[in-house]
Amino acid sequence: MTEKVPLIRLTKREDMAKSKVWLIRLLAFLLALVLGGLVFLIAGANPITAYSTMIAGSLGKATGIRQVVKVAVPLLGTALALAPCFAMRFWNIGAEGQITMGAMMATFFALKMVNSMPSPVLLLVMGASAAIMGALWAGIPAFFKARWGTNETLFTLMMNYIAIGIVGWLQGGPWEGKPGSQIIPMFDERAVLPTVFGVHIGWILVLVLTFLMYIYMTKTKHGYEIAVLGESENTARYAGMDVRKVMLRTACLSGGIAGLVGFMICSGADQTLYQNVAGGVGFTAITVTWLAQLNPFAMIIISLLLAVLSKGASTIQTIMGVPASISDIITGIILLCMLGCEFFINYKMIFRGHEELPAAPETAAPGVTAAPGKEVEA
Amino acid sequence: MAKDHAVEFKGISKRFGHKTANDKVDLYLDRGVIMSLLGENGSGKTTLMNMLAGIYFPDEGEIFIDGKPVVIKSPKDAFDNGIGMIHQHFKLVDVFTAAENIVLGLREEGRLDRRKVSAKVREIAEKYGFDIDPDKKIYEMSVSEKQTVEIIKVLYRGADILILDEPTAVLTPQETGKLFKVLKAMRADGKSIILITHKLNEVMEISDVVAVLRKGQHVATVRTSETSEKELTEMMVGHTVSLDIDRPLPVDPKPRLTVAGLTVKDSEGVTKLDDVGLVAYGGEILGIAGIAGSGQKELLEAIAGLRHIQKGSIIYTPEHEAPAELVGKSPMEIKEAGVALAFVPEDRLGMGLVGGMGMTGNMMLRSWNKGKGIFVDTKAPEKLAEKVLENLDVQTPGIDYPVRKLSGGNVQKVLVGREIASAPSVLMSAYAVRGLDINTSYTIYNLMTEQKMKGVAVVFVGEDLDVLLELCDRILVLCGGKVSGVVDARKATKEQIGLMMTSTDFIHSSPMPGETISQAEAMVAKAREEEERLAREKAEAAAAAAAVAEAEAEAQTEATEEAVKEVEKND
Repeated sequence: MTEKVPLIRLTKREDMAKSKVWLIRLLAFLLALVLGGLVFLIAGANPITAYSTMIAGSLGKATGIRQVVKVAVPLLGTALALAPCFAMRFWNIGAEGQITMGAMMATFFALKMVNSMPSPVLLLVMGASAAIMGALWAGIPAFFKARWGTNETLFTLMMNYIAIGIVGWLQGGPWEGKPGSQIIPMFDERAVLPTVFGVHIGWILVLVLTFLMYIYMTKTKHGYEIAVLGESENTARYAGMDVRKVMLRTACLSGGIAGLVGFMICSGADQTLYQNVAGGVGFTAITVTWLAQLNPFAMIIISLLLAVLSKGASTIQTIMGVPASISDIITGIILLCMLGCEFFINYKMIFRGHEELPAAPETAAPGVTAAPGKEVEA
Repeated sequence: MAKDHAVEFKGISKRFGHKTANDKVDLYLDRGVIMSLLGENGSGKTTLMNMLAGIYFPDEGEIFIDGKPVVIKSPKDAFDNGIGMIHQHFKLVDVFTAAENIVLGLREEGRLDRRKVSAKVREIAEKYGFDIDPDKKIYEMSVSEKQTVEIIKVLYRGADILILDEPTAVLTPQETGKLFKVLKAMRADGKSIILITHKLNEVMEISDVVAVLRKGQHVATVRTSETSEKELTEMMVGHTVSLDIDRPLPVDPKPRLTVAGLTVKDSEGVTKLDDVGLVAYGGEILGIAGIAGSGQKELLEAIAGLRHIQKGSIIYTPEHEAPAELVGKSPMEIKEAGVALAFVPEDRLGMGLVGGMGMTGNMMLRSWNKGKGIFVDTKAPEKLAEKVLENLDVQTPGIDYPVRKLSGGNVQKVLVGREIASAPSVLMSAYAVRGLDINTSYTIYNLMTEQKMKGVAVVFVGEDLDVLLELCDRILVLCGGKVSGVVDARKATKEQIGLMMTSTDFIHSSPMPGETISQAEAMVAKAREEEERLAREKAEAAAAAAAVAEAEAEAQTEATEEAVKEVEKND
């Protein structure tokens, strides 16, 4: 063999055993933790202490767990909202805006109608109006895409800033509490979601939603339409699907759920509305959806994991003086490793000098056929 | 070795996962020789050539150019060794001119001198007899012109070993003739040419030697002059297959689909179908021929309700039912009525199939909307998937294995199988055998014929004229969205259809619906007469032969009878 053989060659893999796939993913996750440990070292902290402090701070006490759940709920909810859109290859990155608009609508009722109906009705109205508003906010770009083929990525992104702008204006203008405070007053307790085990009832809602979304995506006609449309618009048309309708309906569903998440955040967690109500959840949820590969149940685990990371990070900031933004770095590393490992699931690398030997011994005379099918596993 | 070969493969192997694409291939090619590389789908032709062109790197073995071992790691290495490959799918920039495309990616010193480039292109064109305008933009070019640009592109880079991957698949017979002339001129100039192809007649016509691959192994290299199509087929498939497609006469043909004055424009307002009229009969196969992009796809899509129709009518007459107008109906309604479409696009998936889903999911494409409620029924599609798997012998690890990962033939079986399973009364198929090997193609042909004998009106859009002529009863020829005529497939010649494909001047009569019908009916009747006459003659000949045989046999019989009698006596 000549020396000039390329150093690394890539070949496509056959299907891997499921167990092996998960093993690779687990290894990738461990690698991410090791790399994260290096980041801690650079930041001047002992990685093992740092990790254990993170775990202790987030999962060690009941209050920690409650806070983790509180962070995970909107993440999971929004990831669920994005799932049907992404399955359809409709890149909705406007969940941030849809959350904000949903929260705004809920706040409207919380502020203006609190005296005109009993609390359960009020909460229902808040939730429904938030969902409708979120659906509308996602429906606008979907309508333009279905009608004129506009780019939904840019469109949904731009809609975020409009939504945030609107709430900013309300906050400093019509809905301002004390003049000059630039703050919307806290909700009356009748407009606040009840708690179960110390966390607002939203966590039960999103768990139910997870199950429903799984059924919707895998068992229903709508879910089937979404899957086909995501694969090919031509095939969808061929199968007699109304592409525009499916696109619009799915985007509205997505926006509706995001709006509902907005309602949970303002009515459950914050108990008020402010400009940054979504706080980046709409973007972080994209990560969750991708890492979960659109599987609703996997989203539970991943949103919890990200919540633990962010809660843990604030713990090590107070205890060890390590900046909390380190959790963002670790999240980034995990994302990189997890998405990167898919490459190794699909391809294998062959290094120079480590050529995979055929089943027949090397000494076999040329022309002698190696038994096909027999293959050395890399 | 006394003489160095232009190219030599020694023990080349390439594996993809568990699949062996090439297995210890030893092969050589000399200067000034045209070699055809023949083999069924998946026999490793393209993989082998991709290793020469630097797209893949062999797992084992060595490649020699002019007797020297070379390492080809990239297409650039291939160019440096004088190897150029013309791929099936052209890699050209539409908005650039031919000359610009030709120099694209070349790192020449100084500024780009367009005039010099054009001059050099013209020089190459003149030398080998190409017909090309270097300053024409690619988007204004026909498929054959684009191919010319691709060929000149590699010649410009100084290639003297050219690989052409199925170059004639997209050409008319006339254009193919032109290409062959050019190839011969290049051969005379000492270039080595490798043609990857499926078409045996072209192999016989153009090549000096034929190398046959089967299941990744090199079976043999033979001189074209010393072999025959039959022998090559045997080498390719491993056993003898009949080259004749069984074509029974249509039984009781009735107009099933009557299209009149159909005009269709695409989203950009370009007329794709212009006043098209046709009649498809139940019990016959109507072939549709034409250069790629002459409106075949649009015609089928219009009938299936997938295209907006500007003008015209499509009357569908189901068995025992009143005729109905299809224009204005939704694709779903048309499908329910019994008009099925099996369209195989260039990439095989992308229309009619969902690559990421298994057979079950793909069967569901037809039935997903059936039944009340919000849930999809998976039981029926599952059963159907199992039926198709069994009936058509689909090679798959399971009915839920993504069809994208199946081989081309199996993907097409899934598609065609599903459409047939819906028991349609009109079955439209486009490119159903696209890229399939001979064996699998015949499975599909037989399926089509089977449907025809069941009284289904089969509309078969095909690329290979030989197949259309052997499979269909009538052939409608499209040219630039217009019908240039309908011919009797039992009598027409390839040349005749080739001419009709390139020009509408050959219309014998206007394609008005009434006339087309009478014309078609006359054709069927004529064909029937002809067939009957042949059958009569055959029967007579057989009778005569039988008479002779009988006379011969009689003598023997007598003897036998005697013997029998004797035996009986003994009893």
